[in-house]
Amino acid sequence: MRDVAIIGIGTTKFGEIWDASFRDLGIEAGLKAMHDANLTGSEVDGMFIGNMSSGRFINQHHIGALIADYAGMASRNVPATRIEAAGASGGIAFRQAVMAVASGMNDIVIVGGAEKMTDVTDEATNSILDSATDQQWEATMGVTFASLNAMIARRCIHEKIVTREEMASMAVNSHAHGALNPDAQFRKAIDLNTVLKASMVADPLGMFDCAPISDGASAVVLCPLDMAKKYTDRPVKVASSAQASDTLALFQRKNITTFDATVAAAKQAYSLAKIEAKDIAVAEVHDHFTIEGILALQDLGLFKRGEAGKAVMDGQVMVGGKVAVNTSGGLKARGHPIGATGVAQIVEITKQLRGDADKRQVPNAKYGLAQNVGGTGSAVVVSIMEAI
Amino acid sequence: MSVARHWRETPGRYNLIGVKCGNCGKVFFPKRTLCPECRRSSMGKMNAYKLKAEGTVFTYSIIHDAPAENNSIKPYAVAMILTDDDVLITGQLVDVELEKVEIGMPVRAVLRKMSEDGETGVINYGYKFAPKN
Ligand SMILES: [Zn+2]
Repeated sequence: MRDVAIIGIGTTKFGEIWDASFRDLGIEAGLKAMHDANLTGSEVDGMFIGNMSSGRFINQHHIGALIADYAGMASRNVPATRIEAAGASGGIAFRQAVMAVASGMNDIVIVGGAEKMTDVTDEATNSILDSATDQQWEATMGVTFASLNAMIARRCIHEKIVTREEMASMAVNSHAHGALNPDAQFRKAIDLNTVLKASMVADPLGMFDCAPISDGASAVVLCPLDMAKKYTDRPVKVASSAQASDTLALFQRKNITTFDATVAAAKQAYSLAKIEAKDIAVAEVHDHFTIEGILALQDLGLFKRGEAGKAVMDGQVMVGGKVAVNTSGGLKARGHPIGATGVAQIVEITKQLRGDADKRQVPNAKYGLAQNVGGTGSAVVVSIMEAI
Repeated sequence: MSVARHWRETPGRYNLIGVKCGNCGKVFFPKRTLCPECRRSSMGKMNAYKLKAEGTVFTYSIIHDAPAENNSIKPYAVAMILTDDDVLITGQLVDVELEKVEIGMPVRAVLRKMSEDGETGVINYGYKFAPKN
């Protein structure tokens, strides 16, 4: 297997982007990444696209062909593959691309993630999110995606793993960082009371415990590490990328206060990268709901079980703390265009490891981690990047 | 959801019929073809098993932001129930004051209307959970 490097990154702004279509967003992110990698386009020999539900959001399937075509790659017959794994679509598309380059099958691969969510009503969006659960035995019962996370949160509070206030501080952390990211959907710091007093979505989770509905796309370009210097003087190494599965329905698990798939993917990712959790300086975690962010910190081994909430409350996951978490703003403040999220995480970690993160820069970061989740922990991908 | 898609799950939805692995004895709901513990050695041995219809609330949420078809009943409670067979099931809580729902509360399964198909007029029924007393 060959070592793989990230040689280009690009992203659109995230948010309600009325004047851009799905293909506009995908192409903007892709072109920025190609430009960043100093590519003309003729070098690219593979494409992977992470997307959850273009079929229901914009009534368009077959988006591999769509993006290849509008990126000017169809005329060169470059293969394009769409990956769907609900919220983990982007991160798993990235991992597929890493494997394609590592195996020697491809040399220059572009991986994009995109979702256009605001062309449908909020109610339709929620119904699409609910389809990441077990449609027949969860959603059919009137159980929403948010309420499944709320039930995890309730159980965590009951088992004294986290308090309501500690959970809420996860959103405060993400917003504080989002305020420093010009591409974030919400660029405004908030206080704990704003989270605690927000209108209820699914008790105990309120509006500010949940990531917003967003449009957006992100892209990265990969190549073998030993070719990277040909294109950029600032490559970032992909130290590892690992993926794990768990049951589709939350009720099929005995323990809902930990995501076993995160634990398994992290264990493999650390082992392949030959590092430990304590070596991570900066991490992007999947805080679709505040409770998911807290669980991620524990399941990734960044904090002990029962101690993550207090650490967040104490500012230990801010830039300058023990480990900087969600410096991009996370899903909560950067925004969560579903298929784009996993790739946007890689973009942020790459910026951090290059030293390009401006006001939110983590000094001298050597290792950065991205954790991307599909459903209620049913699919998780953990990737580790290394500054070289 | 189409009529057939609901109808073929009727045994599970009406009578809480799951399966018991003839190899290791573990109970699963809903039915599945393979035991996730025994896999191949469970083939052909996953026998129909009627769950005990009583249990306790393992965790719950009160839904305020509801799917369109449930707007008329919001806010409403949903829960994961740990049945007396030690199996978790997710469903709605009914006949209960929302403030009184708590973890550990004893409940029993009841058959209730779940949804109505606007086009065909077919009414779908299934399990929900009500306080035991
Ligand atoms: Zn078995």
